[in-house]
Amino acid sequence: MSVQDEATVRAEVRAWLQAHWDMNRSLVAWRSLLADSGWGMPHWPREWYGRSLPIALLPAVEEEFEACGAVGVARIGIRLLAAATLLEHGSDAHKSRFLKRILTGEDTWCQLFSEPGSGSDLAGATTRADADGEDWVVNGQKLWTTSAHHAQWGLLLARTDWDAPKHSGMSYFIIDMTQAGVEVQPLKQMNGHASFNQVFFTDARIPAENRVGNSGDGWKIAMTTLAHERRNADALRRWGHASPHAGPIYDEERAEIATVMEPYKWYPQRAGRIDMIVPRARETGRLADPAVRQDIAHLLMLSRSAEWLAHRARHAKISGKPEGPEGSLGKLVASHVARAASHVHTLLSGADAMLAGADSPHDGLIAEILLSVPATSIAGGTDEIQRNIIGERVLDLPREPRMDTGPFRDVPRNPTRGR
Amino acid sequence: MRYGYSDEQEQFRAIVARFLRERSPMSEVRRQMDSADGYDRALWQQLASDLGLTGVHVPEGCGGQGFGYVELGIALEEMGQALLCAPYFASSVLATEVLLNVATEAEQQALLPTLVSGERVATLAWVEAGGQWDVAATALTVHGQGDACRLDGHKKFVLDGHHADLLLVVARTRGSVGDAGLGVFAVEAHATGLERRQLATIDRTRRQAELRFTDTPARRLGTSESAALKLRQSLDRATIALACEMVGGARALLDSAVEYAKLRMQFGRPIGSFQAIKHKCAEMLLEVELAASAARYAAAAIDEQDAEVPALASLAKAMASDAYMRAATECIQIHGGIGFTWDEDTHLWFKRAKSSQVMLGDATHHRERYLALTEAAA
Repeated sequence: MSVQDEATVRAEVRAWLQAHWDMNRSLVAWRSLLADSGWGMPHWPREWYGRSLPIALLPAVEEEFEACGAVGVARIGIRLLAAATLLEHGSDAHKSRFLKRILTGEDTWCQLFSEPGSGSDLAGATTRADADGEDWVVNGQKLWTTSAHHAQWGLLLARTDWDAPKHSGMSYFIIDMTQAGVEVQPLKQMNGHASFNQVFFTDARIPAENRVGNSGDGWKIAMTTLAHERRNADALRRWGHASPHAGPIYDEERAEIATVMEPYKWYPQRAGRIDMIVPRARETGRLADPAVRQDIAHLLMLSRSAEWLAHRARHAKISGKPEGPEGSLGKLVASHVARAASHVHTLLSGADAMLAGADSPHDGLIAEILLSVPATSIAGGTDEIQRNIIGERVLDLPREPRMDTGPFRDVPRNPTRGR
Repeated sequence: MRYGYSDEQEQFRAIVARFLRERSPMSEVRRQMDSADGYDRALWQQLASDLGLTGVHVPEGCGGQGFGYVELGIALEEMGQALLCAPYFASSVLATEVLLNVATEAEQQALLPTLVSGERVATLAWVEAGGQWDVAATALTVHGQGDACRLDGHKKFVLDGHHADLLLVVARTRGSVGDAGLGVFAVEAHATGLERRQLATIDRTRRQAELRFTDTPARRLGTSESAALKLRQSLDRATIALACEMVGGARALLDSAVEYAKLRMQFGRPIGSFQAIKHKCAEMLLEVELAASAARYAAAAIDEQDAEVPALASLAKAMASDAYMRAATECIQIHGGIGFTWDEDTHLWFKRAKSSQVMLGDATHHRERYLALTEAAA
């Protein structure tokens, strides 16, 4: 990409914004215009609300938006996983029906993959979709479903062929979450928050045209969705902050961001709050304790080395070098850092570590750290799965012999839990 | 660059790696570790003349290559991986570093070229019987002026001290305490009143000696009243260099463990297919890569004259100490009974790991130091 390209793109987007940005429009009306112009998602294909620009030019476009204070399309939440999956695997009918309403923020989506009986072994899903005339009928249970309680649509992975091996017996659907056969209940976590839901399907119906891809393609398509999950985490970090401007359209955007970010408000605590370690050590006086100092220093060193490791991975990617082991280690090291941080926070708090809520230091923040860290080594791939991935894909160690290769009907599995 | 290497640097690594593969395979390491002095002078000469490794970061004016600490770190990673038997750390790192920091330009011109050419080997004698990794703990005394100084006292844990041609000795003026009155003194190998005894070390690939000085003639290096600050700077840099070497050694152990886990069959399958082994290997990889990230970042920080170098030296050494020792312990464990035998090579790295774990301060020492330095900077 030449400097000229970036300058041209900047000039184009600036001119378009000058002509069209109007903070007195409603959020949906503005985003509708923006989506049609292609400037909302400039790296998307030209025929689907984009301008087919290289992803490297995105920061330049974003800077122009920021410079004039223009609101962007809806860019955070599960809806973006839906958009990415539909762009890659959806039919033209899916794209024209769903993509724009995702960008305007009118529709909220959720992802229905994990089940009580299949966590790490996602391909062991037993929620079933059975053909019934032109429709599919869905029965089963999903959980860890963010945003399900206010979603219009769900991305559903369901078993459609019980005689096929597990990975090839699943199909991928778009399901209407507002119908009678779908019941959403909050799932309360050990830290007291209820950021996720469990979803029960009782003869819920999906019209034939809402299957994505062919029957049996479900696993492959779900992998696309999961690949975008990491990017979505980056998007949350980048777009999850409300703009400081005043005005009704900004208020609407702020409300949307608040809704999407609500389930994630404890995530900084889940990572261990390294930033609080030294200030806490000072305020508790434990900075003078040689044993505690050892653990603090160990934590700080681990955390900084982990940052440098991540930088190495990014650097290798940017400079087009073959992917080294660095990229696969980030998730695992984050668990180590979080656990070490939780341990140090306990040492620093002493007896106060027993307290919760307003009685816990920093108005409950310390308790929230101690009770949120256990999620880090589970969510998004357990440490054990990460070690398998590192062992098999990076170190090329042989796989474990499998017990689940035959028809799924015959694979031993968990008993279905009653409600 | 703190997060990656240039193509030239990658090529340099490949050249060093190939040289070591060809000239210092394990058969050669085993031969040299059973020799009297613990290294091969001919190989040392080749290291100097064929590749110029003895002067990687020495200015060209003193006969060196004029590269930086990143390149020095690359060379040391490869040497650590190959378990090279050579006075490299003693002469090309410790002694060279002290000459670069403490000696006057004239002294550098007089002493460095013969070290870089491989003609002479030097070492730094700074630690004493208590094994305290702080120059302020120096007890050995000096009296006299300039070229006519005399040393009295002893040094221990002196790398390659039994055969080095030139000894750089840290001494203090009589009656001084702490950082005051510290200087570096050059002592020739044949000096009167110098007794040298090779210590029995668990790591036979890097030898150490005990030195006794009785009214031994010496020359003061440099001009400063107290060399404490410059010595500390030298030792910080050497500590980062050692961390790089340790990362290379840890990587060799990881590779060996993984290779064995793929080959070794038990219960009808390679042991690497068992999660108990696979997960150990994954954790080893993580620790090695974290230590590598820290050591490389620290080496680049020296080149960029980052004020944080002292703290980074402690960070890199603590991470490397833990990673290397863990890799050594787990590598033996994964090899099982065969890993405990003399004929299998793992114990040779285990012994280097053990020796490096405590040399220049163990992880506990450096964690405390890191926090103290970080607090002072805040």
